[in-house]
Amino acid sequence: MRKNLTLAWRNIWRNRKRTIITAASVFFGVLLSTFMTSMQEGTYSKMIDNVVSFYSGYIQIHQNDYWENKTIDYCFTPGNSLLETLKNTPDIVFHVPRLESFTLMSHGNNTKGAALIGIDPPKENHLSKLSHWVVEGNYLKPGDDGILLAVNLAKNLGVEVNDTLVLISQGYHGASAAALFPVRGILKFPSPAMNNMGGYIDLKTAQNFFSVPNQYSSLVLMVSDYSEVNRVKHSLKRDLADSYEIMSWDEMDPLTKNMIDADRSGAYITKGILYTLVGFGIFGTVIMMMAERRKEMGIMVAIGMQRSQLSAILFIETALIGLIGVLAGFAISLPLISYLVFHPIPLTGEAAKAYEEFGFEAAMYFSVQWFIFARQVLIIFILTLVIYVYPLVKTYGMKLTRALHA
Amino acid sequence: MNVIEVKQLKKIYNTTEVKVNALNGVDLTFEQGEFAAIVGPSGSGKTTLLNMLGGLDEPTEGEIRIGGTNILELSSSKLIDFRLRNIGFVFQAYNLIPVLTALENVEFIMQLQEVPKKERQQRAIALLEQVGLGDRTNSRPSKLSGGQQQRVAVARALASKPKFVLADEPTANLDSKSTANLLDIMEELNRKENITFVFSTHDQRVVNKARRVITLEDGQIISDLKKE
Ligand SMILES: Nc1ncnc2c1ncn2[C@@H]1O[C@H](COP(=O)(O)OP(=O)(O)O)[C@@H](O)[C@H]1O
Ligand SMILES: [Mg+2]
Repeated sequence: MRKNLTLAWRNIWRNRKRTIITAASVFFGVLLSTFMTSMQEGTYSKMIDNVVSFYSGYIQIHQNDYWENKTIDYCFTPGNSLLETLKNTPDIVFHVPRLESFTLMSHGNNTKGAALIGIDPPKENHLSKLSHWVVEGNYLKPGDDGILLAVNLAKNLGVEVNDTLVLISQGYHGASAAALFPVRGILKFPSPAMNNMGGYIDLKTAQNFFSVPNQYSSLVLMVSDYSEVNRVKHSLKRDLADSYEIMSWDEMDPLTKNMIDADRSGAYITKGILYTLVGFGIFGTVIMMMAERRKEMGIMVAIGMQRSQLSAILFIETALIGLIGVLAGFAISLPLISYLVFHPIPLTGEAAKAYEEFGFEAAMYFSVQWFIFARQVLIIFILTLVIYVYPLVKTYGMKLTRALHA
Repeated sequence: MNVIEVKQLKKIYNTTEVKVNALNGVDLTFEQGEFAAIVGPSGSGKTTLLNMLGGLDEPTEGEIRIGGTNILELSSSKLIDFRLRNIGFVFQAYNLIPVLTALENVEFIMQLQEVPKKERQQRAIALLEQVGLGDRTNSRPSKLSGGQQQRVAVARALASKPKFVLADEPTANLDSKSTANLLDIMEELNRKENITFVFSTHDQRVVNKARRVITLEDGQIISDLKKE
């Protein structure tokens, strides 16, 4: 084995220029592909983050049929068995209650329909870092009787901090709900869509306002890792039978999910073409390598080397060229991507506007997940295996008398 | 005991438009310790015969026994292994693996035989000294002259301790001095260590050194002379 490796290593450097050019094509393939994948994954995870942290969380638990109706009549008081189950499911880090409905908000002559979300201020802050986005006034205190308003909504209503807002809505089973709320703070989110959305009040205050004491419309679950979401969801479904509606972020926001899926498949095609080109580059080199060394290979088999060993050497040669390209690619992409993960590239101009319209911060995000790199190794390895068919067929089909004559 | 025994060997090439009877019923035996030349005009079948004796190609008809083994019955990988353990080869030119040094080239065949490293190195060095290349062990083939390369090839052929060495026109690409030198080395190995050499040539000086001369014409043996 070591001898094979030595032979293969020396062989690839017989034509230094060609090996470097071939490895360079792998290098560029890996570089492009890791950057592309890293940027995709960075963007997706940012999209999911937006959805998750601002809005849905990874998983929500509702009264059955809440999602279809989304009215205050579908709220619930979590039973002990539910709380017990949440506590005993290992990957649930914490859970946050919310009480959500729709209200009319008015100030002076302005009236707007908007979402009203009752939150537990410290817990919600833990989940969505809501207090980070307070640009004027203060965040809510527990038991607060005031309201936080998204910045565009506040502008449209013409309110400022310390103004008082009139809220009108429908409470439990048609009870009327109306109250005055002083504006405690203005929220400016990085995502423009969020800035039109609505207001936040304290959970207890919301329960009183909607006449649903001790009830929630949803429990928002934080899961230790994004990749655990489906597992946790299934485990909850099993443990809670059908007593609650359990939804993951992708069900609550299928649009984001579909966008990600569509984008991924598009990218697969691009990367597929890229690697096909790289593959043909390697293949060309292998063909030349074998043509040049026909006689030498004939001699090796004539004096007693098994064809299997000869083809193994050729495999190692191909794999080595690929490996050099991959490692060189990683040497550049790994540090650069690692840097970009913490320093996203800000966008300007039209691109920035487009991002903001979709509710994104105008920056290019990167991800440095291990699979982005592992996949390159795997792809190059598979390419090498496919290309290996050629030396395999050639070495086993080689006619000695003819090879020796070459 | 016969090292090589060939009966009614025929080889017909069908690859070209006209059939070529390259060997036409050759009967031949070689004994241990022979130093034999196969001669004849170009196209008379020398290479074809040596290829058959070395198990590099299959005859159309006939029998080949080497040390008693019918090599035509061996599977292709068994045959490769048989060559490795029983036959030494020296080809016309460019015999060596270019990326290996002289020493590594000689060691290479012993590596295939799984000879332990230490023994292998000692033997390779001793053989290179025997062929007069004790000072060139670390040179790659491209740094050696044609004659030196052929001497390394002889050392390599002997490294595997074969029953006999086959050499197809080993001096064809050499000048007269290198030719004489290579032949002297082969002759000495034959005399001192009783190594069997069968080589083809059409160089008269080489023929003169042989103790047996087999002459081929149109794929048939027309004379088989033993000296002494
Ligand atoms: N692979 C082959 N295909 C067809 N004819 C061949 C092949 N090899 C050799 N021959 C023919 O067989 C005859 C003997 O060739 P060869 O054994 O090479 O002779 P020599 O080595 O004595 O010059 C020649 O006529 C040659 O043209
Ligand atoms: Mg010939």
